[in-house]
Amino acid sequence: PGVGLAGAGRVKVSCTVNGEPRSASEVWEGESLLYVLRERFGLYGSKNACEQGECGSCTVYLDGALVCSCLVLAGQAEGREITTVEGLAAGDSLHPVQQAFVEAGAVQCGFCTPGLVVATHDLLSRVPNPDEAQVREALAGNICRCTGYAKVLDAVNLAAGRMR
Amino acid sequence: MSERPRLAPALSSSGRVGESVARPDAALKVRGDFPYSSDLRVEGMLWGATVRSPHPYARITSIDASEARAMPGVHAALTHEDVPGRKLYGLEIADQPVLAIDVVRYWGEAVALVAAEHPEQARRAAAKVKVGYDVMRPVSDPEAALSPAAPSLHPGGNITRQVRIRHGDQAAKADVVVTGDYEIGMQDQAPLGPESGLAIPDGEGGVDLYIATQWLHVDQEQLAGALALPREKVRLFMAGIGGAFGAREDLSMQAHACLLALRTGRPVKISYSRPESFVGHVHRHPGRLHYEHGANRDGKLVYVRARILLDGGAYASSSTAVIANASCFSAGPYECPNATIDGIVVYTNNPPCGAMRGFGSVQNCYAHEAQMDRLAAALGMDPVELRMRNAMRTGSHMITGQKVEGPAPVSELLERVRAMPVPPPRPERANGAFMPGGVSNTTHGEGVVRGIGYAVGFKNIGYSEGFDDYSTARVRLSASAGAARVEVHTAAAEVGQGLVMVQAQIAGTELGVADVVVLNADTAVGSAGSSSASRQTYITGGAVKAACEAVRERVLQLASAELHRDGELRLEGGAVVGADGAQIVDLATLLGDAVIEETREFRPRGTRRLDADTGQADAHMQLAFAAHRAVVDVDVELGLVKVVELATAQDVGKAINPKAVEGQLEGGAAQGLGLAVMEEIQVKDGVIRNASFTDYLLPTILDMPPVRMDILELGDPHSPYGLKGVGEPPTISSGPAILAAIRAATGKPLSRVPVRPHDIALT
Repeated sequence: PGVGLAGAGRVKVSCTVNGEPRSASEVWEGESLLYVLRERFGLYGSKNACEQGECGSCTVYLDGALVCSCLVLAGQAEGREITTVEGLAAGDSLHPVQQAFVEAGAVQCGFCTPGLVVATHDLLSRVPNPDEAQVREALAGNICRCTGYAKVLDAVNLAAGRMR
Repeated sequence: MSERPRLAPALSSSGRVGESVARPDAALKVRGDFPYSSDLRVEGMLWGATVRSPHPYARITSIDASEARAMPGVHAALTHEDVPGRKLYGLEIADQPVLAIDVVRYWGEAVALVAAEHPEQARRAAAKVKVGYDVMRPVSDPEAALSPAAPSLHPGGNITRQVRIRHGDQAAKADVVVTGDYEIGMQDQAPLGPESGLAIPDGEGGVDLYIATQWLHVDQEQLAGALALPREKVRLFMAGIGGAFGAREDLSMQAHACLLALRTGRPVKISYSRPESFVGHVHRHPGRLHYEHGANRDGKLVYVRARILLDGGAYASSSTAVIANASCFSAGPYECPNATIDGIVVYTNNPPCGAMRGFGSVQNCYAHEAQMDRLAAALGMDPVELRMRNAMRTGSHMITGQKVEGPAPVSELLERVRAMPVPPPRPERANGAFMPGGVSNTTHGEGVVRGIGYAVGFKNIGYSEGFDDYSTARVRLSASAGAARVEVHTAAAEVGQGLVMVQAQIAGTELGVADVVVLNADTAVGSAGSSSASRQTYITGGAVKAACEAVRERVLQLASAELHRDGELRLEGGAVVGADGAQIVDLATLLGDAVIEETREFRPRGTRRLDADTGQADAHMQLAFAAHRAVVDVDVELGLVKVVELATAQDVGKAINPKAVEGQLEGGAAQGLGLAVMEEIQVKDGVIRNASFTDYLLPTILDMPPVRMDILELGDPHSPYGLKGVGEPPTISSGPAILAAIRAATGKPLSRVPVRPHDIALT
């Protein structure tokens, strides 16, 4: 009550996140999927680095396709399936992509890491043996400010080798 | 007691100094489960928003927040009148208002605050705060700021600091003279984590702040002043840090969140958007540098004369230290008997500038390395040979008169990068990912020319000029479930560099215990100093080592007393062992219920302030060196650059964690590449024109080439384990090497960074 965002309706959003039905009510229609995932569902793994689709830190799957969740309006997620970085492996276990990022030293501050992990997950599911150019092109939408990407490439190669 | 937000747990790891121990926080980070400062949340929290100046320079005639206060969901709207304590703050000079008082001095300066239940309500209310401005013409050119006709932006005038270095013969003459003018653009640190934090009032007049910062205690000191509270009533807890690179040295939203929380009695979170982040932190100083080098015909340097003008923007931040560095290291890591250097940093109405990785040594490296190439050309010498002929070595003197102690392998670093294999020529039909223009597919190789360039640089590790640089560590040894366990607690900021492993590795080595837990940083323990100046492994590492040594001494005393053993005892493998390495008693048994805890401060050797007239002094604690070679392909028709490879050699003294060291060398080089060929905050008449990641270009994985590395461990006799600070040297000479390579490919002088396409193709 008392939202008072002039001209703004409040909507209910229902979707499936990491295999579970989730819904949020009283959502301001200007909220992004990223905001709803973080602030309403408590899934803070998708990161808010630029919130304009340039850095890839908020990358999630929407009906199986990679999107920057900051560029998706929450209402657009209605009835759809979302997989976030939290949904790639169960509990405390790690997906081979996640394990490879840990071992390769591809994580420093880690703010870009969830987005890179999801993008790598997508790449390797489509292209099991990517060459260097394919990896670089696939991850060109994910900015990392810490690593200089060398260990990210190592991680992708390590994961690809293990997943074959 | 109020609800507390989730912070990083105590992080457990094991390993010794010299091992590539994996990050104990990495599993949390790859799962998206590591709590960063922008992830903080407690029930009932409000969102803060900041009203910012739309003008770079204006007198404030009125502020009316009544409409904003009356809006739905809004709980407070504050102005400078609501700052109960010191209204000005700053790292070195308290010149920046917590909230603007009567004048705004830069575009985006904070003027008022709003707190509301939903972030959009807060943003909309902020837009309704009516501020009356009497707009003035901004001082947007640093040279103009020096003019007597310029308005004085601060009470002491527009010169924030002037550094004079007068070394040797001021009238020295040389056979060969080269001059050059160089310009450096304004670079952004662009840490991916936005400025953010959560302030929770304690109900008794104090506040707990959960924050991502480089130095908890210097924030605490400034906050206590602004809030008119004793320090112990302003408690800081480190939240996960999404990178820093200098951007988190100054306060951003810290005081604002605390003011709103204390006023509303509610937890208040502030999290900047990316455009707001561009005005919410300081940047790397843009610079204009005029250089003159004189040398004998054999290539030996006779003198260097330089005028270095840095634009500090509206407030001082760390400008006075940045200009000292830019001046002290202005001649590069070379022996030069005579020097005349004038370093000047000024106030303007441009965005405030302060710390960024490399801290003054980046700007001057572009100039001194371009000068060395010009000199080599004038002498008909090989540029690497010229550098090696003049290379600083142990026992050399800097132009500040300081004698270079410890390893200074400048010549060796150059020799090593030159000796590394050169990448093969570009294949006939290279994939676009490896071409200038990238996957835009702008060339099939026509017009593409390869070039190779070299550069070397150096800077100080730790704080300089007499600053009392120290860190504090608390180490606690106990037995738990039949095994010894060590707890390490410091206030040092883990910004991504890997300090969390380094602390554990040092404790594991000193106490011979496998289970080491590093606690989250907070102000319950003494200051660690800043995660800046490549200093934490040295200084907080030194403090952890000292505290461990004190704990070890007590354990061994206990062992001697209990076991009636004389002679040498050591700690190894979780046990007390004798001189022969045989286990005498395991630590858990020896300790029982006993807890041994020690807190130590560690201070490296002291430094002195630069003499005001001559700039002579032993001003720096440790010096670190790196060299780079760059190979580039340039599309000379379109002005596009592809950096094909970077090669580097760096003396790290001792690699405490080799993989983390590699990560610093690779990541630091990427930031150097950024300034060389793409990154620039474009400021026109005091207004930032590209405050977004759409328009401020950062290196992507398509832009960043492989880095070939040669890591030397020459051992500094003064430092713990012989280590040297590692983080900054990679960002110093990488860019200048790229510039040298582009000059080699194009034959153009290119004296401005970042190099833009039209600098290559249209000039």
